[in-house]
Amino acid sequence: MNASDETIVALEDVAKHFGAVKALDGVSLTVTSGECLGLVGHNGAGKSTLMHILAGTLDPDRGTIRVGGSDLSNRYNVGVAGENGVRCVFQELSLCPNLTVAENARVFHPSVTGFGWKRRAGTLIREMLDEIFPGHGIEAEDVVGDLSIGKRQMVEIARAFTTTDLPLRTVILDEPTSSLDAVTSGQLLRFIRRVLEQGVSCILTSHVLGEVLDVSDRIVVMKDGLVIATRKGSDFDRNSLVAAMGNVVEIDEIEQHEAREKLRGVAPVVVEAAADRARDTVSLTAHQGEIVGLAGLAGHGQTDLILKIYGAAMRGKGPVNVTRPVALVAGDRQTDGIFHLWSISANIGIRSLAKTVRRGLIDPLAEAAIGAEWRDRISIRTPDMQNNILSLSGGNQQKALFARALASDAEIILMDDPMRGVDVGTKLEVYDLIRAEAEKGRTFLWYTTEMDELYNCDHTFVFRDGAIVADLARGDLTEERVLHSSFQESA
Amino acid sequence: MVDRLTSPRFLRAVLPAASFAILLIAIFYLKPRTMSYFGLNLMLQYTVPIALATIAQMFIITVNDLDLSIGPFVGLTACIGATWLADTPLLGILALAGCVAAYAALGALIHWRNLPSIVVTLGMSFVWLGIAVLILPTPGGTAPGWVKWLMGVKTPVVPFPIVATVVIGLVVHLLLMRSSYGAVLRGAGGNPRAIGRAGWSLLKTKMVMFGAAGFFGVLSGLSLIGLTSAADAHIADRYTLYAIAGVILGGGEFVGGRVSPIGAVIGAMTLTLTGSFLTFLKISPDWQIGAQGGILIIVLALRALINRREGLV
Repeated sequence: MNASDETIVALEDVAKHFGAVKALDGVSLTVTSGECLGLVGHNGAGKSTLMHILAGTLDPDRGTIRVGGSDLSNRYNVGVAGENGVRCVFQELSLCPNLTVAENARVFHPSVTGFGWKRRAGTLIREMLDEIFPGHGIEAEDVVGDLSIGKRQMVEIARAFTTTDLPLRTVILDEPTSSLDAVTSGQLLRFIRRVLEQGVSCILTSHVLGEVLDVSDRIVVMKDGLVIATRKGSDFDRNSLVAAMGNVVEIDEIEQHEAREKLRGVAPVVVEAAADRARDTVSLTAHQGEIVGLAGLAGHGQTDLILKIYGAAMRGKGPVNVTRPVALVAGDRQTDGIFHLWSISANIGIRSLAKTVRRGLIDPLAEAAIGAEWRDRISIRTPDMQNNILSLSGGNQQKALFARALASDAEIILMDDPMRGVDVGTKLEVYDLIRAEAEKGRTFLWYTTEMDELYNCDHTFVFRDGAIVADLARGDLTEERVLHSSFQESA
Repeated sequence: MVDRLTSPRFLRAVLPAASFAILLIAIFYLKPRTMSYFGLNLMLQYTVPIALATIAQMFIITVNDLDLSIGPFVGLTACIGATWLADTPLLGILALAGCVAAYAALGALIHWRNLPSIVVTLGMSFVWLGIAVLILPTPGGTAPGWVKWLMGVKTPVVPFPIVATVVIGLVVHLLLMRSSYGAVLRGAGGNPRAIGRAGWSLLKTKMVMFGAAGFFGVLSGLSLIGLTSAADAHIADRYTLYAIAGVILGGGEFVGGRVSPIGAVIGAMTLTLTGSFLTFLKISPDWQIGAQGGILIIVLALRALINRREGLV
């Protein structure tokens, strides 16, 4: 390591709000030449937002951005970032699937143009792939859409390190190893150490804490849009890092839940499913009247399992054993949940058509009756249930989706992180509703990325890489344990 | 080797050429006399304007949009070509340049307001038609001499429509598939966000593609009056669907920036041939459009089969 004092990137008091959500609430950060900065934090801590602002793909609401000493705050965008040597490997891949590997390299470098550009772009990317991932087996003429996800990620990473006429100072790596296997991950981490020696700096996030600990000179811990700790990498170990990421909250309700926990084994099993049968040691079971939490970092197989259970219930086959009718509460309201052009009542009634159909047609009175009933039961705030669903606030739209599921004959309610972007008041109302419905014998499977919501569950399963890695009774549930299980044991 | 020849990607690539070849062989079998310079010239003479309109549509499809106005637009440029361009060339050239600029502006509008291109172009199709009727209320006008001369060129050995179509396909292939900015343009269809993140202007890619479509629409209109020597506002109404069908027959996809200029011109030739083929089969004109649709469905079904096999691999 020859980390000098030369500051390459400096952020000061950067903030970004999405509506009421404070994704970043005043973050200051510096990266010096030849330094690898590890960035860790739980879901929603603000890591990705911070990286997008640094990459120039999001404008901050306030704060200053300096690169190489010059203040770029008001004119910072992707182009300026590139000219100043700041590159980003995004978590969601940004390659064009219809282009070849070489063409994707060209798209990244405005200067690769003119006669013979294809050959030059191909050489550029192939040499960098050879250097980072020896034996990668990728041709410059391969169409990206035909490559496996791991190879695409290799191309994306290699592309960020290729240089033409523009300088290369800082590469932001957002979960670069999420689709790489152990061998290629190792190759990447060794390569990062090599480029650091050449004075290039890196900002790294990874859900594999071992990688961050191994390669980072300095580690910044984020929580709720703020930096809560910055220390030298060698000062952290796995346990102290996890402890820094989440504060351990004691909750009084544990006893209540433990009483319910005793029902496990007495009440009949209504769902039995394995996330990935090949690797699972634990399988998910839910008993009647239970609220089961599905935890772990976002996108680690929770939604897949929920959809698998839903599919099994609808088609009555597959490896999942579901014994009762199910209903799904979608998380992404706008795309998976509401029917934009329909009234609130129609949106609620769609899951209960059998109840409202008279002689093959939907009886508007019956539909309105269901709507009116649920408006009172879960207090949807609207003057008229015949209004368009979009006239409701986001929280009330979500309530309507809950009403759709609860009004139905379903005894098992699947919830796909339904509380995203919902205000606290609505959340508390819905928690009470869920509790009350569970008392009546309904079973809830609740995928959530928010720790606080897990405290409402009787039993929690933690997911990682598509498999269930922990099975926690309510008494054992702590944020630290969930985090420990969510992040891989070893690099 | 056998694996390569039966691989879905190879099959998909040869499907446009194979359907064209099969159709051509069928025609030769039905009417051996068409197997001549004169016969091919006659059967394929309308290929050039259709191929140009197909290329215009392909540019739009490359950036994940669809142009429902290309037919009336070709009709409009034909009307301008047969009136203003013939009488007062300067005014004609300005008007045609204005048409291209209007197309680029449409692209900008669609990008800027994030509008569905289908709606915008459907509306514009009536605007184009209306202007065309204003310019040329009744069928008539005369094509400029040089346009007629160009479309009547007698090339040695291979008839002009084939030579022209091949040249069009190759030039566009060079511009879109081989040039470095062409990669950016196609990338804008494949993953617009990635192109934006690499620092390119998506507004510019949309404007370039729509502008190019307008330019090829103008060429299509001019080549059409070169053949008919007079114009009519409704002369090219059918081209909208021909152009879409040509792109898709040629192996293009509606979304994802997967297009092929060579395939598109082959698709246009195939479409032109189906008309002759059905006439030779003595199918009455009343049924021809339906039968053409049938041929389209067969070819597209074949491709769907190939794609499904690919999905299984």
